[in-house]
This record gives sequence, C-alpha cells and structure tokens, in this order.
Amino acid sequence: MAKLIKNRDIVEDSWKVLTLAANDTPDTVKLPVGPIMVPLSVWRARKAELIRREWEHHDLLGVWLGPEDDPADIASDLDDLSVVGIHFPTAGDGRGYSIATLLRTRLGYRGELRAVGGIGRDHLHYLHRVGFDAFAVNQPELAIASLDDFSEAYQAAANQPLPLFRRRTLTA
Amino acid sequence: MYRYNEIDRRLVKERVTQFRDQTRRHLAGELSEDEFRPLRLQNGLYVERHAPMIRLAIPYGVLSSDQMRALAGVTRKFDRGSGHFSTRQNLQLNWVSLEQAPEILAELAEADLHAIQTSGSCIRNITTDPFAGVSPQEVSDPRPWAEILRQWSAFHPEFAYLPRKFKVAFSGGPDDAANVRIHDLGIQLARDGEDQLGFRVWVGGGLGRTPILAKVLREFLPWQHLLSYAEAILRTYNLHGRRDNKYKARIKILVQALGVEEFARQVEAEWSHLKDGPATLTEAEAARVSAHFEAPEYENLPKYDTGFEFAKRHDREFSSWVARNVHEHRVSGYAAVTLSLKAPGQAPGDATAEQMGIAADLAERFGFAEIRTGVTQNLILPDVKKKDLPELWRQVRVAGLATPNIGLLTDIVSCPGGDYCSLANAKSIPLAKAIQDRFSDPERVSAIGDLKLNISGCVNACGHHHVGHIGILGVDKQGEEYFQIILGGAWGMEAALGKVIGPSLVAEEVPQVIDRIVANFEICRRPHERFIDTLNRIGPESFRDAAYGSGSPSKRAKVVSNG
Repeated sequence: MAKLIKNRDIVEDSWKVLTLAANDTPDTVKLPVGPIMVPLSVWRARKAELIRREWEHHDLLGVWLGPEDDPADIASDLDDLSVVGIHFPTAGDGRGYSIATLLRTRLGYRGELRAVGGIGRDHLHYLHRVGFDAFAVNQPELAIASLDDFSEAYQAAANQPLPLFRRRTLTA
Repeated sequence: MYRYNEIDRRLVKERVTQFRDQTRRHLAGELSEDEFRPLRLQNGLYVERHAPMIRLAIPYGVLSSDQMRALAGVTRKFDRGSGHFSTRQNLQLNWVSLEQAPEILAELAEADLHAIQTSGSCIRNITTDPFAGVSPQEVSDPRPWAEILRQWSAFHPEFAYLPRKFKVAFSGGPDDAANVRIHDLGIQLARDGEDQLGFRVWVGGGLGRTPILAKVLREFLPWQHLLSYAEAILRTYNLHGRRDNKYKARIKILVQALGVEEFARQVEAEWSHLKDGPATLTEAEAARVSAHFEAPEYENLPKYDTGFEFAKRHDREFSSWVARNVHEHRVSGYAAVTLSLKAPGQAPGDATAEQMGIAADLAERFGFAEIRTGVTQNLILPDVKKKDLPELWRQVRVAGLATPNIGLLTDIVSCPGGDYCSLANAKSIPLAKAIQDRFSDPERVSAIGDLKLNISGCVNACGHHHVGHIGILGVDKQGEEYFQIILGGAWGMEAALGKVIGPSLVAEEVPQVIDRIVANFEICRRPHERFIDTLNRIGPESFRDAAYGSGSPSKRAKVVSNG
C-alpha cells in the first residue's frame, strides 16, 4: 500500500482516487470498494448515492478538485467529506495553492486537505503553509523534512493567521 | 537603508540550505532537469549560451558599500571579474557554474544579499526610483513600502507558481523614474484630498511580445491596505490568468481580455473578504520599516557652494559632467551623482569588480556608504555634498565612470543580447558599441540632448526597446541577425509604445541609419526641443524618409512586422 505524509506522520494510504477514463461518464463510472475520493463531476451527479454508500458500508468519502474547479461549489458539502483532495496536474500549476487558501480561510474547511498529482518534496513547505495537511508524494520518508525548510514566514497564511508584523507587536 | 534583523537573515540562510540540497539532488540525478528548472529559476539561475547566468537581487536598487564589495567579491571569485547591472535593479553574472551557485548564494547571504525570486513565475525583485528619498519631486519615499512588499512577497506560499512572472515597481511620485506603466503592478505614491498617504495602483503593463502600458486599477488606495489589496490582485491573477500559452499568461493579457473595469470589479470582490483583516498594515509596522529609511545626518549647508560654482564656471569638462550626471537633491547643499556605466566601448550596464569596489569606496567617502542602481543601468551616489563634487569628479574620472552622458543618446540601455543570452536573436552589445562609435563627438551628443536609445536582442524586450525614443530590436530572419528600428516610445508618466518605421537592417547599417534619423531631428528641431517632442510634433514620416529615403539601405531588407 502506498504511503502518505499526514499530519507530519507517515501513514498507509487506503484511499482510492477515482479518475474518469475517456469512456467513463460521471453517472456511470463504477465506484470501487473502500474509501474513495471522487472528482467534482461525480460528486455532483451522484451525491445521494455516495452519501448512502458511506452510511451503509462505512466507506469514507472524499472529493478532489482540479485547478479549474471552484471550491465554493462544495462549500455546503464540506461537513459530508472526510477528505478534500486538490490535484496539481503539474508542479508549475499553482492554482491549487489559492484553492486551498480559500477552502481553509474563507470556507472554513477543517478536515483533511490532501495534495495529489505533480508535487514533490520541494513543494511541501508552501503546500503546508496554504493549509494542506496530507501529501501524496514519492519517498515520503525523505520528503517529510522539507515541511520545515523555513522556520518563520513574513505573511499570514492558512497555517498562520497573523503576519509576522502583527506577531512582533504581540511579543514586543 | 533597511538593515536585516535576525529573522530576515535566518530566512535567507534557510533558502541557501534548501537550494544547496536541491542542487545536490539534481547533480546526483535525483531531480530531473524539468523538476529542477523552476527551483533554480526562483534562485536566479538560468542556463545560458556559454555558462549558467545568475541574477542577483538588489531590492529596490539600494546597496550598502559593504554589499557592493560583496558583489565585487563574488564576481572575482566565481565569475570573470565583472557583472551586468540590469534594467530591473539586478546584477547578472554570466560565467558562473551550476555547482558553485549555492556557494555564491551562501557568500552573498553573509552580506544580506540573495537571488530570491529573481526569475521564474513568481513575484520578482521589486524596483523603484533610484532617487527615492532624495528626489525633490517625490510625494513620499517609496522605499519603506517597497521593503514591506518585498517581505510580503518573499517566499509567499500561495504565489510561487503563478501563470507567469510578476513584476512590481514603486514610484515616489509624479515623475515616475521607475517606469511603473511597463510593470505587471505599478504603485505610485499619492496623497488624497485629506493629505492622507496612499497609492495610485496601475495594473497590466509589460513589454515582450505583446507590449501594453498599465492602466489605472484604483485611483487611490490608503497605505494600510497595500498588502491585502496586493493579495486580492495576485489571487485573481493566479486563479484566472491563462496557463495554456506562456505568451498569453502575463496579467496584462487577463486585464486586456476582461477589460480593466471588469478586472477591477473582480479584484474588489476578492478584496472585500480581505479588507481590514490581519494583512492590514499597522502604524507600528509602517513606523518600524520607515525608521530604516530615515534621513541620514545631513549637514547644514548653503544652497550654493562657492568652490563648486567656481569649478563649474572655469572647467568645461567638469561643467558638462555636472550638467548631465549631477542631479537635484531635496536637501540644501547636496546632490545625487550618477556614475555612468556607458563609457565608449563599454557594454551598457557592465561594471568590473574594480569599478564596483571604487563605487563602494566613493560612497563611503562622499556619502553615507550607500549606492543605488536604476532602470538606466547606471550607479548612483545619492548624497554628495556639492562642495565635494570637484574632488569626486576627479576620482570618478580615473575609474572610467565619469562619461558625461546621462540621458543622452550614448546612455544606451541594452540587454546582454546574443553574446550571452540563449533567448536572443541578435547581439546587442556590439551594436551598442558601434552606435557609441558613430556618436563619438561629445559636443554633438550633448547638443542633441535628451534621447533615450534602447536595444533588445529579442522580443522579450529586456532592453525595453518599445519605450525608448529610439528602439532597436534584434530579429531573426532565416538564421540571420536583423534589427528593426522603432520610434516614438517614451518613459515614465508620458509612457508610449514606439512603432516600427520600416524594413529591418543588418547590424552594420544600423549606426548610419540612427545617424540619419538624428540628423533629421537636428534639422527639424525647435530650439531646446527634445527628440521625442520634435518627433511627436512633426510625425514619423520625415524620420522614415531620412532613414530609408535616399536608396534603400539594404537590398536584403524586407518588411517584418513588429513582434
């Protein structure tokens, strides 16, 4: 089973990330057994079925967003989700950092926020700062150290609601 | 100037450690070139024609003498003993090795210098007017605000992977020596009707393939909201800027596609969530940072210094240097002095390690140990006593930094071009030298007066050719180097984009064509009129005829479109 960095720990990843193949449609794609993260389109098409599945089989439920997805679309669903994933098609597509920021600081999401896709250890520090607490990366044992590449930050972010200049005033 | 505290210093060192490990993993084959590229770019490292190039930041163009010596030191130790001061207040070293790059950054960190975010799709080094704090025209000193935004943008976790690069410039007031209108975000200090300090915010400027001048996004933003408003702009751009085509990914394309009114509406909507939140600047923070830029201990000096006035009247060479290279200062008895990096035969903006060291020494002896760099690729000593000017001039002359040509035709702004840059179509430096040779008569150049001549080796426009009064752009035609001639660009608040006037030329033809264009100006100008004003008054036709009229200068020339 793949491993995952979660809450600064390395854990087994039991989740399946559902993606639509070319001939799949959100209405008909087969849902695998066990905890699954579905794309927003599947969540929209089969919300009732997914919630019933979780209730009846205790299969945990998550939704993943792509860079084009608006997190406001799941604002009222966040209480139903155990995980929200954000997919980075490439490391250079930085929209996921803003989507994470909005989920944490504006929509009040407190559950697991997982980064998946084209990210690696060199992105962990910034991902962590914008609110991710779970990271699907290669070699998590080596990567985990990069969470702490920097010991301080100037700006406020999801993991630190006050900018440095406001914290300076507090300690002065 | 801003002095690093323990946290500022620690962050720069942690960055060096991070990059050292990334470089090690890349060299060990653990990080592919594709994975490593964005990481090295955000540390200023390009892979160029002959060797990697590293672009070092000079935040808003301010250096201490010790920092200048540290820069000179790394050019000696890791390069060939010289560096290129760029138009965006960076220093570029063209002959470094990838293996040594972390060592360069470690050495610079000891002097509180770095290369953080000097390249890549992130918020770049923030620039401002090199006369900030000493200019008599400015509304207020832009440096504290540039420093506050520098800290905010450094390692900003949300905006490190933008659609494309993002350049910010601050201008202290209406004269705009920072060229805010060619920046992604231009911030101009202003006061509202109640004399409250704030900013006029410009957005969506940029040169490159699609040159566009920035538009006003907000007429007045009170200073407290600088960071929250910047966050709203950057978030809107990060989420909605195009990522499908890198040539259409700058914020200028988004602003143009939406229209500035709709873009402003989206920014305001985003800002409504952030306004008055924790990012709102406090009086305490503004005071803390401003204290670093408090005026040094100027002496009480008379406005006129008799020794200086005497020297000006009796030494023509000195007086011509004063006329071009010495600038008004807001404090009585002081002046700002430009050290020209545009001596005949010198690559524009290049300085040797020795010259850097001399500039550092002079800044200590004739000032408060501070040096500025500016968009024209020269060095500036901001606080020289007028009575010291004759002695300073003698010293500067020995160092080859006294060419009296600031703002003149031979004060050419140029990118490094095809001699170094792997993007360039054409070699800009030899052309700059050839033009300087053509205009080797200082009397004539001085009589021509203010004329901005800008050369870019390719459409990326690092030499800002669109906004030169005369712009020259290197283009590639079937593997051959050609140059387009562009007229009518302008800087600052009068900013305008020039237009191509005719067929492109081979390099050898360019100096004589420039000469004919200038000769036409000399015939048509009214007394004391600037080149750009004559051009705007009479239109480009006679200049075009002068350039190309008497027989085509090149049989091979073909009309190529701009861009």
